[in-house]
Amino acid sequence: MVERTPFLNFFTHLILFVGFVFCVAPFVVVAIAASHNLRDVNDVPMSLLPGNDFWVNIKTAWTTADLGPKLLNSFIMAAGVAAGKVIISALTAFSIVYFRYPGRTFIFWLIFVTLMLPLEVRIVPTYAVVADVLSPYQAILDVTGLSWLIEKVSGVHVSLSLGLLNSYTGLIMPLIATATGTFLYRQFFLTVPDELTEAARMDGAGALRFFIDILLPLSRNNMAALGTIMFLWAWNQYLWPLLITTDQSHATAVTELKQLIPNVGGIPEWHIAMAGTLIVMLPPLVVVVAMQRWFVRGLIATEK
Amino acid sequence: MASITIRDVKKSYAKMQVVHGVDLDIRSGEFVVILGPSGCGKSTLLRMIAGLEDISGGEIAIDGTVVNKLEPRERGCAMVFQNYALYPHMSVAQNIGYSLKVAGVPAAERQLRIQAVARTLELEQLLDRRPMALSGGQRQRVAMGRAMIREPKVFLFDEPLSNLDAKLRVQMRSEIRKLHRRLNATSVFVTHDQVEAMTLADRLVVMNGGRVEQVGTPGEIYTRPASRFVATFVGAPAMNILEGTVDLDGLSLLGGSRRLTIARAGLPVGTKVAMGVRPEAVRLVAPGTAGALKATVDLVEELGAGRVIYVDLDGAPFSVMTSEAVHPEPGSAVGLKLSPDDMHFFSSETGTRLDVFKASVPEPAL
Repeated sequence: MVERTPFLNFFTHLILFVGFVFCVAPFVVVAIAASHNLRDVNDVPMSLLPGNDFWVNIKTAWTTADLGPKLLNSFIMAAGVAAGKVIISALTAFSIVYFRYPGRTFIFWLIFVTLMLPLEVRIVPTYAVVADVLSPYQAILDVTGLSWLIEKVSGVHVSLSLGLLNSYTGLIMPLIATATGTFLYRQFFLTVPDELTEAARMDGAGALRFFIDILLPLSRNNMAALGTIMFLWAWNQYLWPLLITTDQSHATAVTELKQLIPNVGGIPEWHIAMAGTLIVMLPPLVVVVAMQRWFVRGLIATEK
Repeated sequence: MASITIRDVKKSYAKMQVVHGVDLDIRSGEFVVILGPSGCGKSTLLRMIAGLEDISGGEIAIDGTVVNKLEPRERGCAMVFQNYALYPHMSVAQNIGYSLKVAGVPAAERQLRIQAVARTLELEQLLDRRPMALSGGQRQRVAMGRAMIREPKVFLFDEPLSNLDAKLRVQMRSEIRKLHRRLNATSVFVTHDQVEAMTLADRLVVMNGGRVEQVGTPGEIYTRPASRFVATFVGAPAMNILEGTVDLDGLSLLGGSRRLTIARAGLPVGTKVAMGVRPEAVRLVAPGTAGALKATVDLVEELGAGRVIYVDLDGAPFSVMTSEAVHPEPGSAVGLKLSPDDMHFFSSETGTRLDVFKASVPEPAL
């Protein structure tokens, strides 16, 4: 039981408040900066009283960086990554927890190892693969002399290639293949009582039926939590989208923010940059607020 | 309805063998209770019948078909689990009807059958509730409904009453009994509670250390225990056991301080024998009565309808159960009268029952 004394109450709330101010202050400054005009935002020190040009700046940022399509791109990517991640983590964890097959431990460790190889570490090979997904197979054909054989026999020159640069698939797929979600699900599946599995077996449910009818509904809080985290994580990705979207049509909002940041020697339009930042921050905020109910329930509920 | 034949069934985990060759025939429509202390392999045996555990050796057949390699759903068994194992995210109706849904029974028929089962178990008012919102007894009934709706050939119960409080347990016990009388389906019930076992069973299987000690009706088990283990495990308070040695014209008990004149029927002198008497078979008489054993009272346990008197018999603990209104003071002397008909003899070495004494018992002198 936590002690309740007026002094402690005051003190803990004070700490809480200081932490809150510490976290929120930068955002407040951004919002204020976004409401100034070009002259005021470059005053030193900048006035902390809001200016009048907030909506003008927002509109300018929106059109300058062409944020409409970019936000849509970001949304498709983040939602795709979140959904893909939830599905693939649930499936892999299901396989690891509920089936006994040779090589299970080995596969488990293979998945585990990907934790130590984040995208940034394997970015060059990943880029090579995405640039031409079929290149490894072409290499196998060339090295073994099979393509030569096929050309001799049928007269067809084998040349496999499938590029995923500047595509949603290329944006999403490499971000899905990581292990964090698998571990989250594994931990959850381990807490599901064995008797539930056995009851389902006695009721005649096969493995897939059990997965869909029992495990997935039980893990919906987990799904919401993982989905939210992954959505935010994917939304904030910078390096990967920057690398593979050479074409504006698939650029994401976060990479496009760069367009708004004034160049050295250019007009210091920081108010526009700040307004753009606010716009790009908004969708993840909405997702968190919308998912919060599930998210919190996933963390506190102990449904038996 | 189905018969179950179990032939030399064994189970081992890695290097540890937990079931050592069990043979058992369960007749169609019979209510068989498997009784034993925890870790005796009774649940494992039940789970092998259900198909939840692989069978390491031997054969299990349901209705003549060997089911060793069949999936649980192909065996026609339904099981009630100890902690109910209800699906927490489904309503009572969905829980009961899930097996039908899996089997592809149309929704309309499913509803009818759920209603019928709910009526039998008096769950009609609760069909829309989640398991979370049910009491222990109600959850237990839902678990039974889930088993009943499949109209299985065999019902398996894995200690289904041990999570209930005492009053509910008695109530559910008689409900299970009534249900069995009505459905008349072959049932196997596992428990460590002997009262449960005695009241429910047509036939009782007592297991210990992965082996079957005795199979028989509750009456047989109580009156003619086949081994020392069964004798002391069944019955409360437990049967009194006095160690003895065969001598020239009877038994020397309690290290020679008491003698029992009895025909030794060919047992060699020096054989170690254990003599058992149930506490309720001992009569309490005034100290000094002819032919009575003298003992000192240690403790009296009041049970309302009767009382258990724990006495000290030359250093050995001994208990007497009586319904007479006697209240001896701790420390006072009492006389104990035993009848030869109530004595059981077991080999001290193997624990098996020795009936050789019984045939030729003359009036014993103690």
